Amino acid sequence: MSRFTADLLGALTRDESTRILATLIRLTGDITLAEDALQDAMVKALTTWDSRGIPDHPRAWVIVTARRCAVDRIRREARRTDKEASAMALFDEREDPPESVVRDDLLRLVFTCCHPSLSLDARVALSLKTLGGLSTPEVAGALLVPEATMAKRLTRTKQKIAQAHIPYRVPADAELPGRLPAVLATVYLIFNEGYAASGGDLAVRSDLVDEAIRLARLLCELMPDEASVLGLLALLLLQDSRRAARVGQAGELVLLADQDRSGWDGEKIVEGVRLVGKALQRSPDRPDSYTVQAAIAACHALAPSYVDTDWSAIASWYDVLLTVTDTPVVRPG
Amino acid sequence: MPQYLALTYTADLDWSDPDQAAQMAEYADFRAAAAAVIRGGAVLYPTATATTVRVGGKGGDVVNTDGPYAETKEALTGFYLLECADLDEALAWAAQIPAAWGGAVEVRPVMRLGS
Repeated sequence: MSRFTADLLGALTRDESTRILATLIRLTGDITLAEDALQDAMVKALTTWDSRGIPDHPRAWVIVTARRCAVDRIRREARRTDKEASAMALFDEREDPPESVVRDDLLRLVFTCCHPSLSLDARVALSLKTLGGLSTPEVAGALLVPEATMAKRLTRTKQKIAQAHIPYRVPADAELPGRLPAVLATVYLIFNEGYAASGGDLAVRSDLVDEAIRLARLLCELMPDEASVLGLLALLLLQDSRRAARVGQAGELVLLADQDRSGWDGEKIVEGVRLVGKALQRSPDRPDSYTVQAAIAACHALAPSYVDTDWSAIASWYDVLLTVTDTPVVRPG
Repeated sequence: MPQYLALTYTADLDWSDPDQAAQMAEYADFRAAAAAVIRGGAVLYPTATATTVRVGGKGGDVVNTDGPYAETKEALTGFYLLECADLDEALAWAAQIPAAWGGAVEVRPVMRLGS
């Protein structure tokens, strides 16, 4: 395989496979089948693109191929009539789905993977797998769980979704306040597992931190008007802006007061502060706990030094935090 | 449509006691509200009336013992069979069963055999 094909496929896997998977799950009604079909299509892409060249529209090529692979798998396993019906649905939808449909498919996937009836561990694992596009060994490695244990956890989670008929749909606006916290808590736990690494040899596990920020960005794209979503991304960016200064040369954690502030990531701070502002604008009366924590992080991020920090502002934000923390902030266990 | 068993776990009450009339009325309200999705259900006598049956291997000796398999603070006191579009709908109905605030309701999907 040429280097270029591999790079392109790699980029496609990361950026597009989640979107393709989300649509495939809706069409097949089966997470495992959709994952397998996408995997088949990626394997086909590797061999076909290498010998025949890269198609004009790689994403469309993968979608069409993945659908065919799903139909093949359904036919091979066709024992039940309802499975035949889903094969027909796959044939009917030949076109690349429009952007609005893909967006809804992604939202469906987010809310299914983070359904409150799934345990937080299950939500974290499934979100990293389907939304994050990590393989089972990668999810296991990221969460420091044996691969066999993780495979079992993922299988059980997908089984519960199928057997209990957890719906693949976007919650109505009225349901969002009840459903969103489970989504945000999932992403926040992924971040915290990386940022305050509870296991392993490293003080910070960058892969998990990056993954959480990627998921938070995805949520912002999908729900740009939700203050708590903006607040969560702001919080992650502002905390992560200190990543380089937070770990000393021997790998030890450096306290905020002792950190070299020139090592803070200015771009992340700017983006984080801007997002806190937006989140506060959207929830002036009662900001959520992520937004308030982000505001506290912003006070630190904007301070020229530890002594010159606006401690009175921080103290008032902590007072606000106390009044809004009836929504539980999940801490790593 | 999928079916769900909503198992009510509450204090081990004797529902036939007239003192429970007010609570029974609450359950009657739920039955009326959820009539369209309820496919069955029952109220159970307290665990003091239970007998646990064990057989020492298939065809072996039958051992009957007094009481439930496990003593817990909250006991299985009844159940409803609900037919709903999906888990979200079943959970929404379960939240209206009085046991949900007096104890807990366990919602279990029912397996369809031979369909």
